[in-house]
Amino acid sequence: MHGLIYRSFQNYITDSYGRDTWLQVAARANISPPDFEAMLSYDDELASAVLNAMGDVLRRERGDLMEDVGAYLVSHPNTEAVRRLLRFGGMNFEDFLHSLDDLPDRARMAVSDMAIPAIELHEHAAGCFSLICETPLEGFGHLMMGVLRVMADDYGALALLDLERGSVGRDIVRIQLIETDYSHGRTFDLGARAS
Amino acid sequence: MGFNPDVLDVLCPMHLMLDAQGIITHVGPTTQKLRPDMVLQGLSFMEAFNVMRPRGIKTLAALRQAGQVKLHLELAGTPPARLKGVLVHDGGGAMIVNLSFGISILDGVRDYALTNADFAATDLAIEMLYLVEAKSAAMEASRMLNQRLQGAKDAAEEQAYTDTLTGLRNRRALDETLERLLNARAAFAVMHIDLDYFKAVNDTLGHAAGDHVLQVVARIMLEETRASDMVARVGGDEFTVILPKVGDIDVLERVGRRIIDRIEAPVPFNDALCKISASIGTVWIQSSRTATRETVMEDADLALYASKNEGRARQTMYTPELRSSASSANSTTPPKARGTAKS
Repeated sequence: MHGLIYRSFQNYITDSYGRDTWLQVAARANISPPDFEAMLSYDDELASAVLNAMGDVLRRERGDLMEDVGAYLVSHPNTEAVRRLLRFGGMNFEDFLHSLDDLPDRARMAVSDMAIPAIELHEHAAGCFSLICETPLEGFGHLMMGVLRVMADDYGALALLDLERGSVGRDIVRIQLIETDYSHGRTFDLGARAS
Repeated sequence: MGFNPDVLDVLCPMHLMLDAQGIITHVGPTTQKLRPDMVLQGLSFMEAFNVMRPRGIKTLAALRQAGQVKLHLELAGTPPARLKGVLVHDGGGAMIVNLSFGISILDGVRDYALTNADFAATDLAIEMLYLVEAKSAAMEASRMLNQRLQGAKDAAEEQAYTDTLTGLRNRRALDETLERLLNARAAFAVMHIDLDYFKAVNDTLGHAAGDHVLQVVARIMLEETRASDMVARVGGDEFTVILPKVGDIDVLERVGRRIIDRIEAPVPFNDALCKISASIGTVWIQSSRTATRETVMEDADLALYASKNEGRARQTMYTPELRSSASSANSTTPPKARGTAKS
C-alpha cells in the first residue's frame, strides 16, 4: 500500500495524540525506523498491524477509530491539501458525491502508483444515495463515513449518514441529503494554495 | 444564421459577440468577470483588445483577413489580462470571439476569483487546477523525502569507518578500536607505517599514480596481516595496523619485514614504475595500565622517527630508551633536520 496512506495513519496519531503515542503504536506494530515515508511503498500486510496497534494503544474499536481518521483527513489544518483536492470534485455536496466514483482515478492522476479502494455511488430517490465501498481493509467504510460527515459540513449541507455492512469485503454508506444549502459551510477559493 | 447568446453563455461563458462593424453586442458572463466595472458592450473590439499576435493587426479588416487563427490578445484596463482567443463569423456578418486563459489559468482564477461555475461544464480548467495542486503536493512530499535522504547520507558519511580511496578503515575506526583494546587491558601491537618517497611519485607521475600506489599498498597490508588485525589509513601516506594477541616480538619483525619488502617492489603505472618504500614504528603493549590512546600513538611515532633516522625502509620497536635519546637528540639537533640529512 502507498506510503501516503500509512503516513496518514501516522499523522493522525501524531497530530491528535502526540509523538509519544505514535512511538508506542510503531513499537507495537514493529515498525523500524518508526516513521513512514509518504513517497515510498510498503507491504500491504503492514496495514492491519498498524491499525491493530492503533486500536490497542488508544483502546478504541476499529470502526470508531477509522471514522475519526476519515474526519481528520479532511478537517485538520495539516491535511488541508486533501480537503482542497476533494473540493475540486464539485460545486455542492451532491456534485461532490457524484465525483466520488472518480476518486481512485483522480488519486492515480496525482500519484501514479497510488491505489485506493473502489467506491461507487448509487442514487435511489431524490436525496437518497448509497456509497458502496470496497474494503480491503476492515473499516474503510467507516473511514469514508468520517470523510463524508466533514465534507457535508464543509459544503454546508445537512445529511444523515449510516453504515451498513454489505457482503464480505464491502461496506455501504447510506446517505440521506436533507438540505444542500443548510449552512454557509467553509469557503473554497479555487485559486488559493494549500500550504 | 445567428447564434443564440444564451446557448453560448453555457457552452463558452468566456466569449464576446460582435456585429459586422466590430462593436461588442454581447458579453459572456465569465468575460464580464474580468472587468466587472467596465461596460464592454457597445465598445469596439479593437478598442477593448490589443492583438499581440499575429503581429501587425491594427484594424478589424486585418483581423478578418487573418482567418480563424489562434489570437494572443490583451484586454484593456487593469489588471493586465493576456488571453488566447479565436474569432469566427456566424455567416450573417456578425462574429464571435471565444477566449481562454491558456497557460496562465492559475493566475486568472486567482486574479478574478473565478469558481467552477465560471467555466463550461466540459472545460478541463478545473481538472487542470486540480492536477497542478495535486502534483505540487506530491512534488513537495518527494522533495522532502530527497532532503531527508540527503541528510541521512551526509550523516552516514560522517559516521563512516571506511577510507573511500583504499577501502581500509579510517582514523575514526582506528581510534575506537584502540580505545576498546586499552579499556579491556588487552595485549596488542600497533604498527605505524609511513611510505617513503611517496611524495616523489605524486609530484612526478601525478595524483592518479599516487592513488593507484596507495591502493596497491593497502592490498599488500591486508594480505600480510591476519583477518583479526585492523589496517587503517590515517593520513595521506600514513597507515596504522593494530594486531591483537601477538605472542612474540619475532612475529612483528616478520610481518613488518614482509610488508616493507613487498611495498618496495616497483608498481607499474601506465608506462612508468613507481618506486617507494616504507618505514615502520611499532609498539607492543602487554596489558598496560597506564597507556592511553595518545601515549600509544606517540610511542609508535617515536619508533617511526627512529626508523626514518636510521635510513628508512626498516621497522623499529619502541623502547623507553628511544624517548630519552629522542629528547637528548632533540636538545641538540631538531629531528626534522636530522631526517633530511640522512635521506
